[in-house]
Amino acid sequence: MSAPTTAPHATRAAGNEDMSSTVRAFEAYGDGDWDDIAREAIGEERIVVNMGPQHPSTHGVLRLMLEIDGETVTEARAGIGYLHTGIEKNMEFRTWTQGTTFCTRMDYVAPLFQEAAYCLAVEKLLGITDDVPERASVIRVLMMELNRIASHLVCVGTGGNEMGATTVMTIGFTAREEILRLFEAVTGLRMNHAYIRPGGVAVDTPEGFTTQAREALKKVRHYLKQLGDLMLANPIFKARLTNVGVLNLSGCMALAITGPVLRSTGLPYDVRKDNPYCGYETYDFDVPTAKGADCYDRVVLRIEECYQSLKIVEQALERLDRTEGEPVMVADKKIAWPAQLAVGGDGQGNSLEHIKKIMGTSMEALIHHFKLVTEGFRVPVGQAWQTVEHPRGELGVHVVSDGGTRPYRAHFRDPSFNNLQATSVMCEGGQVADVVVAVASLDPVLGGVDR
Amino acid sequence: MSDVTPGGDQGSALTPPEGAATFEVVEVRKGMFGVQGSGDTSGYGGLVTPVAMPAASPRPYGSWFDQVVDVLAEVLADGARVGGPTYDQAVEKVVVDLHGAESPDARQVELTLHVAREHLVAVCQALRDDQDLRFELSLGVSGVHYPHDADRELHAVYHLTSVTHSRRLRLEVAAPDADPHIPSTTSVYPANDWHERETFDFFGIVFDGHPALTRIEMPDDWVGHPQRKDYPLGGIPVEYKGATVPPPDTRRSY
Repeated sequence: MSAPTTAPHATRAAGNEDMSSTVRAFEAYGDGDWDDIAREAIGEERIVVNMGPQHPSTHGVLRLMLEIDGETVTEARAGIGYLHTGIEKNMEFRTWTQGTTFCTRMDYVAPLFQEAAYCLAVEKLLGITDDVPERASVIRVLMMELNRIASHLVCVGTGGNEMGATTVMTIGFTAREEILRLFEAVTGLRMNHAYIRPGGVAVDTPEGFTTQAREALKKVRHYLKQLGDLMLANPIFKARLTNVGVLNLSGCMALAITGPVLRSTGLPYDVRKDNPYCGYETYDFDVPTAKGADCYDRVVLRIEECYQSLKIVEQALERLDRTEGEPVMVADKKIAWPAQLAVGGDGQGNSLEHIKKIMGTSMEALIHHFKLVTEGFRVPVGQAWQTVEHPRGELGVHVVSDGGTRPYRAHFRDPSFNNLQATSVMCEGGQVADVVVAVASLDPVLGGVDR
Repeated sequence: MSDVTPGGDQGSALTPPEGAATFEVVEVRKGMFGVQGSGDTSGYGGLVTPVAMPAASPRPYGSWFDQVVDVLAEVLADGARVGGPTYDQAVEKVVVDLHGAESPDARQVELTLHVAREHLVAVCQALRDDQDLRFELSLGVSGVHYPHDADRELHAVYHLTSVTHSRRLRLEVAAPDADPHIPSTTSVYPANDWHERETFDFFGIVFDGHPALTRIEMPDDWVGHPQRKDYPLGGIPVEYKGATVPPPDTRRSY
């Protein structure tokens, strides 16, 4: 036996005597109290519970690692990356226009915000920010605000469902359905629209759209009222949400939490007011705030924001009526696709007249169309940053161009990604049941988190 | 590979573009269509196009930009008395991107401060804490890989917002590929925690002083940093209606 060494070793060196002080032995006889024995056995153990990534209350594939003591969460960590699809990398290999097709798939609950932010950033690089036609901006605002309502309805609905209030979810999704029908009428799709394009939007709204939208909005307003009646004064609902998941103003600023979570602390920070885009400064709406900074206030705020969005949508519909027939794409034919979309036999495609014209009468138009669609347009060298007010907070897009027809780099600062950093602050010290509520109040969408 | 194009490789001596004070080559494009190694039949093989990012802007910058830069210089000068960096040491250059606007007051105009990496934290601290600056909100880190920007291949871009003054600015920091270290800003902006992990994950930039710099999106045992330009996109050819569509990274580029 060599002399004792101080070298680190994982296990006790062989032949060491006096094991009794470190190794506990339990005997199943005697007159001891089983409670004492159990307490002694697990007293210093850590219990780490893995919640997700397939848990239904984690909004997709969020993984929560909770260290618990009884029902109390002593440590909470979020694990992400299960839905990483490399969208940003993929965008570097497609044209600038094709980029909208990719970024719309990031946060799939609020796809139009990624499209809008990305297109606004590309327009900055192109130097055509002021040339985007008014009607295109109005349609963008209209679509974004409708999307905000749809997204908040999903947040409130699934949040209710996770607490066992299924009716909240069914009402929320019924109302969302009305909005998705409007999206389908305008873009042809219920999600993954790729509708907002650099320079404007892909196609004008269909005939009779404003009438259809006004009808749908009546129903949405009705469902919103039902949701408010069902939840906001409900004692069980309030007991579960009030003073849960509290994050104060300095916590929010330190962690760069934006959106309803920040506004629930009382700070009326909204990009639509602070740094308006798409002409938001010309719309009349309020930024609701609350004081409680808890999960209940965030639900109240989201419902109130839905009403404010309805207000904006109504103003946008008036402007749509007024600008009937005006262009929805920049006049520059080097950027605007010549496409005149119409539903063909296969349910998509160009209008037959347009194809006949360019195929039969104008070789130059055909060449131009072909080059613009296959090559894409060039974007001047430089970088641009654009933020928009996403339903979950401030969405930022950083695009870099090397002067080519593809983005050199496209980075999305997704609010869900950033806000998930608050998981531990909001959950630690609470109960396991509060974790579900707190995460729901952050409203993460993992498609946006992982990109 | 020797260039067999008539006229040959003519782009070896690059000159700065007209009117540029500094020359920031971030990329050199050769030929057309991204064709390599297949013999050039296009006649464009001798084309060499340097891609240079916008150069430093001259004073006055316009709008509130002069004021912010002046205040930052003052705050850093105060700090320099107790061992901090001076403005000239910390800020390499200031770029104002007009983005097509005629006056710097337009909303789309952006201010970029290029910061020496060793002084990044001091600049962030000044920008956050001084009452005339108050850039209290950091909207994350975005990495960019410029393989042709010699000794400055890896860039980290920070976007700061001042809620108090309703202003936005951008910080850009560069590090060589051989020494990919940038100090972590988490001590000033805790929100950059995950963003720095993401940038490390995708670009391999090591943020010194970060509390737990591990991969965040990719699996822990992943090899390589996927957003670097030398990392292939991957993909397989897809057959559609009898034709074969090649994977995106082998298609032509213009």
